[in-house]
Amino acid sequence: MDTISWWGMLGLGAYHGINPGMGWLFAVALGMQEKRRSAVIGALFPMALGHAISIGIVVLVIALAQQQLPKDVLRIACAVVLFGFGVYKFFSARHPKWVGMRVNFKDLTIWSFLMASAHGAGLMLAPLLLRMPAAEASAHMHHAPASMADNATMLLSAVGVHTLSFFVVTGVVAVIVYEVVGLALLRKAWFNLDLLWSIALMIAGVVTLFWKH
Amino acid sequence: MLQQWKPDPTFYPSPKMAIEAPIEDVAYVAAPRDDGNPDAMCVVDLNTASDTYGQIVHKLELGVRDEIHHFGWNACSAALCPYAPHPYIERRYLVVPALRGSSIYILDVKENPKAPKLVKTLTADEVEARSGYTRPHTVHCGPEGIYVSALASAGSEEGPGGIFLMDHYNFNILGQWEVERGPQSLSYDFWWHLGYDIAVTSEWGYPAMIENGVSLEDLGERKFGHKIHIWDIRHRKNIQTLDLGDDYQMILELRPAHDPTKAYGFVNAVLNMNDLSSSIWTWYKDGDGWGIQKIIDIPAQVPENPDDLPPALKDIGMIPTLVTDHILSLDDRFLYVSCWGTGEMLQYDVSDPFNPKHTGTLKIGGITKSHPHPAAGPVSGGPQMVELSRDGKRLYFTNSLYVAWDNQFYPEGANGWMVKANVNTEDGGLEFDPDFFVDFGESRAHQIRLQGGDSSSDTFCYP
Repeated sequence: MDTISWWGMLGLGAYHGINPGMGWLFAVALGMQEKRRSAVIGALFPMALGHAISIGIVVLVIALAQQQLPKDVLRIACAVVLFGFGVYKFFSARHPKWVGMRVNFKDLTIWSFLMASAHGAGLMLAPLLLRMPAAEASAHMHHAPASMADNATMLLSAVGVHTLSFFVVTGVVAVIVYEVVGLALLRKAWFNLDLLWSIALMIAGVVTLFWKH
Repeated sequence: MLQQWKPDPTFYPSPKMAIEAPIEDVAYVAAPRDDGNPDAMCVVDLNTASDTYGQIVHKLELGVRDEIHHFGWNACSAALCPYAPHPYIERRYLVVPALRGSSIYILDVKENPKAPKLVKTLTADEVEARSGYTRPHTVHCGPEGIYVSALASAGSEEGPGGIFLMDHYNFNILGQWEVERGPQSLSYDFWWHLGYDIAVTSEWGYPAMIENGVSLEDLGERKFGHKIHIWDIRHRKNIQTLDLGDDYQMILELRPAHDPTKAYGFVNAVLNMNDLSSSIWTWYKDGDGWGIQKIIDIPAQVPENPDDLPPALKDIGMIPTLVTDHILSLDDRFLYVSCWGTGEMLQYDVSDPFNPKHTGTLKIGGITKSHPHPAAGPVSGGPQMVELSRDGKRLYFTNSLYVAWDNQFYPEGANGWMVKANVNTEDGGLEFDPDFFVDFGESRAHQIRLQGGDSSSDTFCYP
C-alpha cells in the first residue's frame, strides 16, 4: 500500500469513530447509567475489537479475491457493491436492533461487529484495499511478489491502523461528551451521519471504479 | 423512505431536557361513543392565545363501538437509545387501537397537526391473525419498534393476553413479543426500565369480564388481576411475578421512574375488596430481584344519601375510590392520582418513592357528588385519564373510564369533558384553569396525548 492508502485507513478509522452509531454514544450512555467514567472507557475496548473483526473480514475477503480474480473484475465488482449498498442505505432507514443496556464485554463486541458490518464500514475501505501489494504484484510482474508473511503483516497493520484511529477518536469523543459537552449535543449537532455515510459509500464506489494505478 | 438530516426535534435524550420542551399547542383526545355514532379522535386547542382555546377544533371519525381508548406515537425519545439509534425517524403518526373493535388506526399529524389524517387501518382480523392477540390496549414506542399490549388471545377471548411488536416504519405487525411468559395470563398495561433491560406488565380482566360492565360475579370470586410481572426484555422472559394479594383487584397503570438509572415505579390497585379503597404501590429493585410495597391507601367514602347510589353499589352503600389512572411528572417528583369514584384528583410528592406526601387535591364530579367545575357547574363522571405537560405545569384530565363501566357507575349520564389544572411545581398544589372546560357532549372522553410528547409517551435512555 502507498502513503495515500495508509492515511486513508487512518482517516476512515476517525470517520467511523466520530459516528455516534458506531460506539461513542453507547459508551457515554453506559457511563451515565453506571455513573462512572470507567464504564465509558471500559466499553471502548470491546467496541474496538468488534469493529476490527468486522473490518478484518472484509480485508481478508478482498485479499483472497485478489489472488483469484482479475484485477479489473474485482475492482468493478467492489465498485458496484459499494455504490449499490450506498444507494440502499440512502433510501432505507433500517437500523440494527440488538442488545440492551445491561451488556458485558462479549455483548459489546458483537454489537460493535453488527453495527460496523450493517453500516458497511469495512466495504468503505475497498478502494484502499485494492491498492495492496497482491494487486500491485500482478500489475507489475517485474517486482518480486510479496511473500505470504509480508502480506499478512501488511493486512494486519492496515486493520490495526484503522482500528487504532477508530478507538482513539471514539474514546476522545465519548470522554468529552461524558465529561464536558453533555447530551445537548445530540439535539443540536447530531445531523444524519448515516445519510452522509451512505453518500460516502457511493463515493467510495465511484472512486474504486476509476482509481486505477 | 428518504431520511431526515436532523433528529426529530421532539426527541430528548433525557427527561431533564424534555422538561425544557416548548409548551404544547394541541391535544389529541380519544372520544368513544355509546350511541351508534362513530368514535372519533378529537383535536383540542391548548394555545391560550388562540380564539379557539379550550375547544374541539377537529374530529376525525373512526369506527362505530370501537372503544378507542389508549394510543401512542410511532416514535419518541426512545429512538435515541444508544444500542439501536435511529433519531431520524419522525414522531408523526398516532397509533390508535380500538380496545373493543380490535382494529388499529394509524393517523398522520404531520401536515396539519390540527387535522390528523387516517393513513392506514389494520383490521381486527389482520391484528388477530398476525399478533395472536385481541383487544389491543397500550401503545409504547420502544428502541426496536412499537410495542402494543392486548387483553386476550385471538379467537379464545381468554388468556393469555400479552404484547406484540409492530414495525415503526411500515406498521406491519411482527408478532407476539413474549418467549417465556411463565404464570402470566391476564394482561393490561406495560412499560419498562430500559436502563435495566426490564419490562413490567399489569393485569386487568378478560373481555367477558369487562365488556358488559364490570362483572360483579367475577369480582366477587376475585378473578380480576392482582399481580404484576417483571420481564427480562433481552430474553423476553417473565423472571418474577409480584402478587399484591387477591384482596386487591385490577392492577392497572404502570408508571416507572423516567430517570433510567432509577429502578422503581408506581402502580394502582383499583379495588380493595375489604373496604372498596384504592391504593398505590411502589415496585422496586431489591438485590437481584424485585419487590413491591403499598405506599398510599385512599379510602372509600360514605354517600350523603345512599339512595343516590347506582344499582351496582346500592347494596354496598359506599362510594368506592376507584383509582383508575395516575401520572408521574418527568422529574419523578409529583404523582397525580385520579379517584374516579370519589371525584378527586390527588397530588403527591413522591421524591421519596416509599414516603409520599399529599400536596394537593382538586374535586370534580364523583358518584352521587357531582362536584362542580368553575366554568361548568356540577358535572358527571369523575377524574379519569390524566396527562401532564412535559414541564409538569399543566395537568389535563378527562372523565370516561370505559363506556360500559361509565354507564354502570354513572347511569344518569356520562357526557365527556376535559379540564385543565395549573400546577405549582415549587411547593405542590393545583387549581383549575377557569377558562378551560371542553364539553364533549354525548361523546365520552378518554386518553389525552399532547403534541410533541407528554409525561407518559416517551422513554429515555440517558439520565
